[in-house]
Amino acid sequence: MSKNWNLITAPLRKANPVTVLILGICSALAVTAKLKPAIVMALSVTVVTGLSNFIISLLRKGIPAKIRIIVQLIVVATLVILVDQFLKAFMYDVSKQLSVFVGLIITNCIVMGRLEAFAMAHKPWESLLDGLGNGLGYGSILVMVAFCRELFGSGTLLGYQVIPQGLYDFGYINNGLMILPPMALIIIGIIIWLQKPEEDRK
Amino acid sequence: MMDTLGIFFRSIFIDNMVFAYFLGMCSFLAVSKNVKTSFGLGVAVTFVLLITVPVNYLLDKYVLSAGALAWLNPAFADVSLDFLTFILFIAIIAVIVQILEMVIEKFSPTLYNSLGIFLPLIAVNCAILGASLFMQERHFTNVGQSLAYGLGSGIGWTLAIVGMAAIREKIRYSKIPKSMQGTGIAFIITGLMGIAFMAFLGISFN
Repeated sequence: MSKNWNLITAPLRKANPVTVLILGICSALAVTAKLKPAIVMALSVTVVTGLSNFIISLLRKGIPAKIRIIVQLIVVATLVILVDQFLKAFMYDVSKQLSVFVGLIITNCIVMGRLEAFAMAHKPWESLLDGLGNGLGYGSILVMVAFCRELFGSGTLLGYQVIPQGLYDFGYINNGLMILPPMALIIIGIIIWLQKPEEDRK
Repeated sequence: MMDTLGIFFRSIFIDNMVFAYFLGMCSFLAVSKNVKTSFGLGVAVTFVLLITVPVNYLLDKYVLSAGALAWLNPAFADVSLDFLTFILFIAIIAVIVQILEMVIEKFSPTLYNSLGIFLPLIAVNCAILGASLFMQERHFTNVGQSLAYGLGSGIGWTLAIVGMAAIREKIRYSKIPKSMQGTGIAFIITGLMGIAFMAFLGISFN
C-alpha cells in the first residue's frame, strides 16, 4: 500500500515532472492565463498519462523494441483524440480556449517520458498509478501558475470577481503584465526557487 | 505576395514559437547550454518544419478537412475526417523525420554527423506538431503561405535558442543565488527574453 501510495505522491513534490525534471512545459503554459482552462488541461493530461501508461504496460511484452516509439505515439494519439472529442462535445467554450494545446498533449514529454521510463518495465496497476501521479504533479503546477496569473492579472478566480471593488476605488489596478505569456515562465522560475531549498534540506 | 511575406515575419518575431506559445521548451531548456549545438538543433528544426508544414497543409486540404474528399468523388462532399488530424499529423512527422535521417546519412555524412543526434528527438518536439496544428487553425490559402509559416517558425525558434545559449554561456560567470542556479534562472531568462520580444507586437504587415 505505502509503496503504491508513494507512486502517486512522489511526483507531486520531490520528483515533480515540471519543476524538478523540467518535462512537459511545452504544451501547457499558454493555457494558464485563466484558472478554468488550466484545470481542464490538468485533468486531460492526467487522464492521458494514466491510461496510456496502463495500456502500454499491458502491451509491453508484445511491443518490438525497434518500433516502440511509433506504437506509443499511436496509443497516445488515440487517447488524445478521445479527450479532444469529449471536450468538443461537452465543454465547447473551454475546448475553443485550449485550441491546439489539447492536440499537443501527444508530444508532451511527460507522457512519452513516463511510457519509456516506467510503463515499459512495470506492471499495469503500478503504471496506472504512476501515470496518474505524474499527471497530477504536472496539473498542480499548472493550477498554481494559473491561480497567480488570474488573481493578479484579472482580479478574478474561475471568472468570479475576488478582489473587492473597494480596493479598486483606492487605486488598485490589475497587473496587465500577468496576462502576457512570459510571466508564466517567471512564475515557474519563482516556484522552483521556493521549492529547491526545501528539497535540499531533506 | 505581401501576405506571404507578412506571415513569414510574423512567425519569426510576433508569434515566436518559444516566447508566445512555449512550444519546443523541453529541448529548448535541455540543449541551450552552448551556442554551437543550439545552432545545430535550430537548423534541424527549421529543416523539418520547412518540409512537414506544407505536407501537412496538403494533407489537410485534400484529405482531412470537411468536404476535402470531393475531388475524389462528388459523393464524398459531406465527409469530414478532421477527427483523424492528430494521429495523421504525428504519423507524417515521424515518417518524414525518419526519411530525412536516412537521406541525410546517405548523401551528406558531415551534415549527418552534426545534425544526426538531434533528428530522432525532433519527432516529439512540440514545436513541429504545434506548427502544423496552428497552420490548420489559421486557414492559409495556398502552399506558399504554409511554406513561409514553416520557415519563419523555424527561424524564430533558432533565433530564440541561439540567443538563450549565448546568455547561458555568459551567465556561468555571474553570482546566482544557490537555489536559483540551473533551471530556475533559465526560466526567468526565458521570461525576460519573452518580454523583450513583445516589443514587436505593435508591428503590422497589412
